[in-house]
Parts: sequence; structure tokens; C-alpha cells
Amino acid sequence: MTDLSSEDRTAQEARLREVWRTPSGWRYWTSVNNTEIGLWYGAAAFVFMLFAGVLALLVRVQLAVPGNDFLSADMFNQAFTLHGTVMMFLFAVPIFEAVAIFLLPSMLGARELPFPRLSAFGFWSFALGGVFVCGSIFFGAAPNTGWFMYPPLATDKEYSGIGADIWLLGLSFIEVASIAAAVELIVGIMKCRAPGMRINMMPLFAWYLLIVAGMILFAFPPLIAGDILFEMERMFDWPFFDAARGGDPLLWQHLFWIFGHPEVYIIFLPAIALMAMIVPTFAQRPIVGYSWIVLAAVGTGFLSFGLWVHHMFTTGLPQISLAFFSAASEAVAIPTGVQIFVFIATMLAGRVIFSVPMLFGAGGLAIFIIGGLTGVMVALVPFDWQAHDTYFIVAHLHYVLIGGMLFPIVAGIYYYYPLLDARKLSDRLGKIAFWLMFVGFNVAFFPMHLAGLRGMPRRVFTYPADIGWDWFNLISTIGAFIFASGVTLVVIDVLRPKHRQPKGEQNPWNSGTLEWISEPEEKWGVRSIPIITSRYPIWDQPSLIEDIKAGRGYLPDAKDGARETLVTSVLDAKPIQCLRVGGTSILTIVAAFSLGGVFIALTFHWWITTIVCAIMTLAAIIAWLWTGTAVIPKEEMRDVGLGETLPLYTSGPQSVGWWAMFITMAGDGTAYASLMFGYFFYWTIHEDFTAGHAGPGMLWPLTAAGLFTLAWAAMLAARWVNETDRRGLTRLTLAVAMLLTLAACCAGLAGPYLTSMDPTVHVYPAIVWVVALWTVVHGGVAIIMQLYCLARNLAGRMSARHDMDLRNVVLYWHFLVITAITSFGVLGLFPGSR
Amino acid sequence: MRLIPKDVESLWTLFTAPTVWALHFLACYVTAAVFCAKAGVAPFSFEAMRLALGVVTLVALSGIVLSAYLAWRQWGFGSGDPPHDEPTRKDRLLFQGFATLLLSGLSFVAVVFGAVPLLFIGACQP
Repeated sequence: MTDLSSEDRTAQEARLREVWRTPSGWRYWTSVNNTEIGLWYGAAAFVFMLFAGVLALLVRVQLAVPGNDFLSADMFNQAFTLHGTVMMFLFAVPIFEAVAIFLLPSMLGARELPFPRLSAFGFWSFALGGVFVCGSIFFGAAPNTGWFMYPPLATDKEYSGIGADIWLLGLSFIEVASIAAAVELIVGIMKCRAPGMRINMMPLFAWYLLIVAGMILFAFPPLIAGDILFEMERMFDWPFFDAARGGDPLLWQHLFWIFGHPEVYIIFLPAIALMAMIVPTFAQRPIVGYSWIVLAAVGTGFLSFGLWVHHMFTTGLPQISLAFFSAASEAVAIPTGVQIFVFIATMLAGRVIFSVPMLFGAGGLAIFIIGGLTGVMVALVPFDWQAHDTYFIVAHLHYVLIGGMLFPIVAGIYYYYPLLDARKLSDRLGKIAFWLMFVGFNVAFFPMHLAGLRGMPRRVFTYPADIGWDWFNLISTIGAFIFASGVTLVVIDVLRPKHRQPKGEQNPWNSGTLEWISEPEEKWGVRSIPIITSRYPIWDQPSLIEDIKAGRGYLPDAKDGARETLVTSVLDAKPIQCLRVGGTSILTIVAAFSLGGVFIALTFHWWITTIVCAIMTLAAIIAWLWTGTAVIPKEEMRDVGLGETLPLYTSGPQSVGWWAMFITMAGDGTAYASLMFGYFFYWTIHEDFTAGHAGPGMLWPLTAAGLFTLAWAAMLAARWVNETDRRGLTRLTLAVAMLLTLAACCAGLAGPYLTSMDPTVHVYPAIVWVVALWTVVHGGVAIIMQLYCLARNLAGRMSARHDMDLRNVVLYWHFLVITAITSFGVLGLFPGSR
Repeated sequence: MRLIPKDVESLWTLFTAPTVWALHFLACYVTAAVFCAKAGVAPFSFEAMRLALGVVTLVALSGIVLSAYLAWRQWGFGSGDPPHDEPTRKDRLLFQGFATLLLSGLSFVAVVFGAVPLLFIGACQP
């Protein structure tokens, strides 16, 4: 291909720059560009980490000497609960969403992830929810029952006050952000890679993040289901966890840990993913055993869902059950070990440069291995019975999380900082920080093993002097402050002004992967999209950077003034669509803040505010969909360069929107499955789980199931009629489907309502109501979607060719009909109507 | 004619063996949990349950072996060595085959781990 003249190139660059420009002034905050969102996300998560770190220091000061009264017992409870909660929910998980949003587009050779506004929405939800949860401690209203909120302590309103509600609602809100990020990452990694980047060429970071996003999708929804049950108990006295009325606190433990254990790996895998990028760079060779890393990532992802009961070994479950989980907990050590051996092999095969990122990485791995080994110990039931709820566990979990997550993150900060600022952080400060953190960490946490073995329980706010715990605690406190000084040094290194330092080269570590093509000053992600033929393109494709910069790749121009990126096929990354992504918008902020308003108002039982905020949220989301999605392009096809012409509009499984709906509904289905798990859980623990209470009968539930099925059939018909381009008939079919849905929802509620089931008297009516309400609320959402399709049809924005909205709604309906048939089938037929 | 085409053009085959592990794990856990919770109600003994789960284990293991065989075939029975990093469809298929084979191995071991309690534990609360 002939090169453009320099004027043409400059003109192209000017157009691209204009399209991807970040607004200035206050509008800066309306940016949805992945580099800004990633940076804000990461910075916010880091600030929350520092806040939680200060709480940890308060806890350590209180425990430094026996009989201390630095903190009151209640403040101590709030401090350690918030420390755990913030570290897990506001730092460990979000920091990786941040890193992924920041790095992935350039790493995959894409301009943007497919749903930039969704990322922005996720960030604002996270930031608002985080401030709400953290702020509570300044009013003495923070959650105080431990980061896993066990009932009956946490359902006791006398003791836990409003703190538990803040935890439940604030975190539910943040979980929404996580699921949004999961959708974004999965679709981004599967569909937006640069042409040629087949799945055997994907950067390992992308492999890990794909698995992690999948795990988020199946791990967070059970917690959301648990939160719903918990909040219904706290708000309306529905007795899900109250043993006196047939409930069972253990159900919460199951739902929490079905989330909680995979979460450990959701935190750990992305950190290892950073290592999988850093190690090859400093060994200056490709990773040894790429496929083995994929094995480890996928294997860990699966096995991590079979471990949750190892947090519940002392709850009196049958020993054969414990043994299954013990076995799986031992098995997960295999893929975890594989990764570490792969790194060691890569280092041995290459010539290792011991820079600051490697120092943090290697130090972190050493710490993590110790945590992993104590993990194998506590995975053995008899040992766990001794160690459960002691400081041995506290030591174990900090070795795993700080070694497996915090150290790699700091390694990542030192490694990737040049992408932000074109300058490196200080080697000298980095080395000092590392040794302070490494030594401080071990001094702080190693003695906790011994204190735990001597019987010191977790969460005591003080202890007597004469039982042999005082020295260990004093040493731990000293170590904690040494560790904190190391962290402070990292913060100083990041924040210190660097304008006197000269700007460095673009790829200072001589790394081989694609994220190093990104230029810190430019917002377009990549000047033009290259064709990838190697796992380490910068090493193996000598003219790559030059070609990209000269605009010799795909989409070198933005002639139509739209933000564009390529969609490619899942396996072989063949270009299939030119995707226009959303640009700068305030709608995402409005949607996030009004949704935040819903959760905050609910905490304080301000019902009218809740309703107003809910309506605002709905309006903002509909405005966002109407103006920013399924836009019908002026021309059908777009010349993307290199002689290829691609469609601008696709629908059904070809489109990214369809995938996003599919993935969201997979998560939604998991939450629903968790509720049904609850239903059958209650059935197993009681001889007669209805306890003699009347059920919803057979007639109404089965009618509801039938009507939902008819409505689903009507939606299929609407899709079919629309394909034949009969707009009037499509309208009619949609209206019929809507009426059927409405009737189905009424019938669904009629069962428990007409039989006067009172959800506060016993768990059976309560769980029946929850299942029915869940389904009916989904029916309500379906009605909104049907109305939306009707409006699109009336506005002339939906036709046989442009039917993305309708196809996505029908996909929603596939999930809904399965939900409805299961719900009402079970409610009507099981355990037999009385 | 082959029953299962040699080159399955899907990402999902990668997850076959771990999915079998998950189903086996769930089957063992749920059966044992319900049996023990409903002690005395079930019309069969603990021994019978162990035996049934033993059969489930064998079925799961054979499923994994089948997945491993197909993966091995896709990997060309080991004719080419990793890293399979050429920008060709062939290398992509070989990579998928190899990774699936490795996952089948891990899943096999994990199912065996999961079945060990059935051998050694003879009652709900021994």
C-alpha cells in the first residue's frame, strides 16, 4: 500500500484526535474514555485501600498491648469490619477492573472496549457506593459484625444498627458495577481483538481476565441473592435466617461463601496475570508454557467454585460433605502450583533483570507460597477445627492476599507507570519501599500464626496480659507500621512531581506485548489497528510500531466523526464489523447517581425518595439506550482500510449487544438459581418445610407459567413478523405479548396473595413470595422492554434489517421463560399443594 | 464418517472436562447433603448411595477420558510440539487441543480427589 502524504496523515490525526478528545473543564468528568475511567477507577480503589490501611493500623495500635483502651470495643468492631469490607470490595476486586479497563484496549489492539459508557457507569456506581460505605464510620454507623456479616448477629438490629444495611445496600450497588465490568471485559476480550490475534496469540493477561470476568458472573450473583434475602429480613422481618421461624443462618453462610471463595481467586488471578506480563519482559523471552498457564487459569476458575464449604468446616455439616470440599481444596493447589513453576521456568530459561517490578513480583510470590502452604494445612478438616477463627487464619489470609495481590499490584504500578506519564518511577525509592514492605509484612503477620496456634481468637478487641499473646501482638504492630511506611513511600513516589524528569522512551522495559504501543498523550488508543502475527508483536513484528503510527493499519481515520473500533471473530479474530462506540456523556453519571440514590434512600427507609430515584434511574437508562445504542448508520458499510469493507450495524449473535445481554442474563440466572437453592435448602432442613402453612395452590402458579410461555411465544412471533418487515403487525404482536406478560405477572402474584400467605410468620411463605416476586419483577422489566421496542417501531427506528433491540429482548425472554416455568412449576407442584 | 467432527470450531470444548468435574462434584455433594439431612427418609442405605456415586464417578471419568481423547486427536496425537504460536488456523487448533488435553488431565485428577471421601467415609457423621 502506498503511504499517505504527510498532510493527509496530519489531517487524519487531527480528525482522530478531535473524535477521541477528552472534554475540558468540569466536563472532563463526563469522559468515558478507557484511559480516564481506568485511571479514576484505579486511583479511587487505591484511596480506599489507604483508608482501609489506616483502619488496620488503628486495629494494630489497639492490640499492641494487653488491656488497651485506645479504641472502644464498638469502634474496634467497626474498624476491623470496615477494613475487611473495604479491602475486599473496594480495593481488591475493583483495582483489577481498573487495570483491565485501562490496559485491555491497547493490549488487544483495539481503540476502546465495546461499551465505554458502561465502564463509566460502573466507575461512578463504585465511587459513590464506596464513599457511602466508608463514610459511615465517621458517623459511628459503620457495619460492625465482621466482613462476612453472619446472622443472627448481623440481623440483630439492636446490635448492628444501620451498619448492616449500609453494608448490604452499599455493596449490592458496587456488585452492580462489578457485573457491568464483567460484561464489558468478556465481550471486549472475545470480540474486540486486533485482526490476526487468534486465541492462541492472546496476551495471557487477557486469558486471565476472561476467566476472572466469567467467575465474577457466577460468583457475585449468589451474594446478591443473599443480600436480597438478608435485606428483606432486616426491612420487613421475613425470617430467612431466623431459626425460630423455620429460617437458617447457615443459608447465608452458603450464599456468602459461594461468592466469597471464588472471590479470592477473582482477586488472585488478575495479579498473577500481571506477573505473566512482567516475568517474560524481565526474562526477555516468551513465557515458557503458555498453554499451561491457560490450563491453570481455567482450572483454578472452575475448582474455585468447589471450595466454599471449607469456610464452614466447623458448622456441623456431615463429615462426608466436608471431605468433598477438603478434596477440592487440595486439588486447587495443583493449577496454582503450575503457574508458579511456569514463572520459575521462564526465569530460568531467560536472563533475568532484577528490576523493581520483578522485586515486588518475586517477593509477592514468596509470600504467597507461604500463604498457599498454610492454605493446604487449613484445607484439612481436623487441622481447621483447631485453627478456625484464630489468628492463624488471619495470618493465612493476609499472606495469600498481600502476597498474591498487593505485591503484584505494586509491581504492576512500577511496571506500567510509564504508560501514564512516559516516565519511570524511582528505582531507588522502589527498592527501599520493597524492603520496608517485605520485611514489615513478615514481621507483622508471621507472629500471628504463632498467636493463633496459642489460641488467640480473631476479632477480640483486647486480651489479658498473662496468656502469652502480648509479645506476638507487639511485634505484629511494629511490623504493621514498617509495612505501612513502605506503602507510604510507594504513594510518595507516585505522587511526587516529575516534570523535571525527562520523558523517557515509549517502551522503556523493552516489552513484547501490544499495550506498549499506547502513547500517553493520545486518547485514540491506537493510531491505526495492526494485524497481529505473534504473541509478542513488538519483539517479532519489526515494523509494527512504525506501521501503526503511519496509519497503515485498519481505521486510520475518523471521517464520519464517530468513535470506531473493530469487532472480530472469537477464535480467529477475523474482522466482522466496524463498531461505533458511545462517546462522552453525562447520562452515565446521572444513571449511576440516581441508582445510588435508590440504594442510599433504601438504607434509611425513605420510601418516596427511593421511588423518585428509581424513576430517575429508569429515565436516564432509557435516554441512554435511545440515544446511544442500536443507532442506525447513514450508510450500511464502512471502508475500514486495507481494502476491507465492513458492516456498521449487526444484530443477533453477530452483535456485541446480544452478547452483553446473554452474559448479563447468565449472571441474573445465577442469582435466580441461588434463590431456588434457598428454596430447596429449606426443604432439606425441615421434615415438613411448609410447617403446615397454606401454599399458593396449583391453579394460579400454573396459570402464570402458562401465560409467561404464551407471552414468550408472542415475542418469538413478533420477531418473526418483524423479519418480514410488516411494521403494523409487529406492533400488534408486541402489544399482545405485553398484555399477556401483564396477565402473567398478576397471575404469578395471585397465588400467594389469594391464599393469604404471610411472609413474616414462617420461612415457607417468605421464600414463596421471594421467588414469585423475583419472577414478576423480571416480568415487569420485560414489559418495559416491550414498550421500548414498540416505541422504536413507532419512531421508525426498527425494521427487518435493523432489529437489534427486538432480538436482544427476545434473548431476554428465553431466560425469562425458563425462570417463569421453573418458579411457578416449583411453587405450584413442589412440595405438593395443600 | 466421524461421530464427532475432528475440528470442533468452538471455544467451549475447552471447558468440557472441567464442566464434567463440576457436575460430578455437585452430584456427590448434593446427594450426600440431602441424604444426610433427610436421614432415615431415603429408601436406600448410605452404602447404596456410595455405590451409586461410585458409578457416577466412573461415568464422569469416562466422559473426561473421551474429552481427553478428542483433544489428543485435535492435537494431532502429539505430532507437533508446543508453543503453537504461529498465526495460522492450524496452530490455533493445535493449541486448543493441547490446552483441552491438559485441562482433561487436571479434571481427571480432581474427580479422583473428589471421589476419595466415598472410599473412606462410611456414614454421615462417623
